[in-house]
Amino acid sequence: MHAPPVSATCLPIGSDADLAQVRQHVRRIAADLGFGLVQQTKLVTAVSELARNTLVHGGGGHMEIIRLEECGVRRGLRLSFVDAGPGIRDIDLAMTDGYTSGDGLGLGLSGARRLVQEFVLDSHPGRGTTVTITDWVSGVPSPRTGTP
Amino acid sequence: MKVAEYDTTPEVARELGAFLERRREQIAQRWADTALFRTVFTVSRDEAVEAGKAVLDALAEVARTGRLEDSGAPGFAAVREQLGRMAAARSRAGLGPSRIAGEVAGLREPAVALLRADLEDAAGEHTHACALALTVLMGTLRLVVMETTVGAGGELIARQRQQLLEMATPVIELWEGVVAVPLIGTLDSARTQVVMESLLEAIVDQRARYAILDITGVPTVDTFVAQHLMKTVAAARLMGAECIVSGIRPAIAQTIVHLGIDLGTITTRAGLADALAYALTGQGIVVSPPPRAGAGPR
Repeated sequence: MHAPPVSATCLPIGSDADLAQVRQHVRRIAADLGFGLVQQTKLVTAVSELARNTLVHGGGGHMEIIRLEECGVRRGLRLSFVDAGPGIRDIDLAMTDGYTSGDGLGLGLSGARRLVQEFVLDSHPGRGTTVTITDWVSGVPSPRTGTP
Repeated sequence: MKVAEYDTTPEVARELGAFLERRREQIAQRWADTALFRTVFTVSRDEAVEAGKAVLDALAEVARTGRLEDSGAPGFAAVREQLGRMAAARSRAGLGPSRIAGEVAGLREPAVALLRADLEDAAGEHTHACALALTVLMGTLRLVVMETTVGAGGELIARQRQQLLEMATPVIELWEGVVAVPLIGTLDSARTQVVMESLLEAIVDQRARYAILDITGVPTVDTFVAQHLMKTVAAARLMGAECIVSGIRPAIAQTIVHLGIDLGTITTRAGLADALAYALTGQGIVVSPPPRAGAGPR
């Protein structure tokens, strides 16, 4: 990516209370950057899904927040969810609507991908999973890029 | 817990205890004028003096037992509650922990001044040892106060968490046979469980045929929340009640569609009023403006 990171912060994901903290933090920053209400809601929902995955499947981890600014052209938010859990063996299967390894609806990962503009999943069995999502403040709808 | 390592001989500790007992009245009088006592005991100055005496009795007791650095010394037990109340009162007045600690530390000065006046003719070294012992003791007192405030903070959090659980579940009877729960805030596993239980209980108690779950106050509806809603709807259905989910805002609706959640099997309405209208119609109740004043629908 050519956008220089402006600032990076890190929040722990280790409990139910942390999930609420993470959601509120992202909502605040997104509003601050000028995201519209619908985009805010989508982003925060994606964050909620991915953070819960980090907690439930990854055994806890953290979220990295990077504000992106492209020389005044566009502003965005890049969020990474990092865990050191068992990892995902079959990424294609995990990304399938309705597939779940737990007792959820099986829509968290695939749904989160549909809620944001860029979505990158990086997982190594036995070493952990990192999901990175990026959303840009959009006046006009921007093309969706970055399929996993 | 210990403050620091000072070597205080038993003789010095005993002398300190005797001094605190002897000068009990004078020190308490001076303490009554400090911000800590003055602002907590506002009714009368005598009250502040009495409170100061109680603290001094405790300090004298601790000094006599020689456990100057031990915040767990039995002598403190008698005033622990009082100190906690005082710290809580200062905290309510908007003071942070460091300011409260500073005010407690401020109690040392008047006591040390009296001690030095008492021992003016004693050898310099002895006076110094006594003043040091008193300083250590006052440091321990500060620690005791801080311990009570930390404990009070923990209690407060636990109590508020309990209150929050109860607040999450006001099940309201909107009409005969129609109950509603306005869901508010974050739905974590503990709260969702309480909500589901009280709704199902209300369905039995009120013999409700319709149950409305209003999610106007829920900021984020993710798959976890959606799944919980579906489970609640299914459970209510098993008990013979139809569930209506209301308060779905435009942004939430779009998000649910993108997530791919199928709420097709659930009756949903945009607002609580629409949900109530649906429930009334389902029971064959028609709400129309009264023909004359005083003749309401019920």
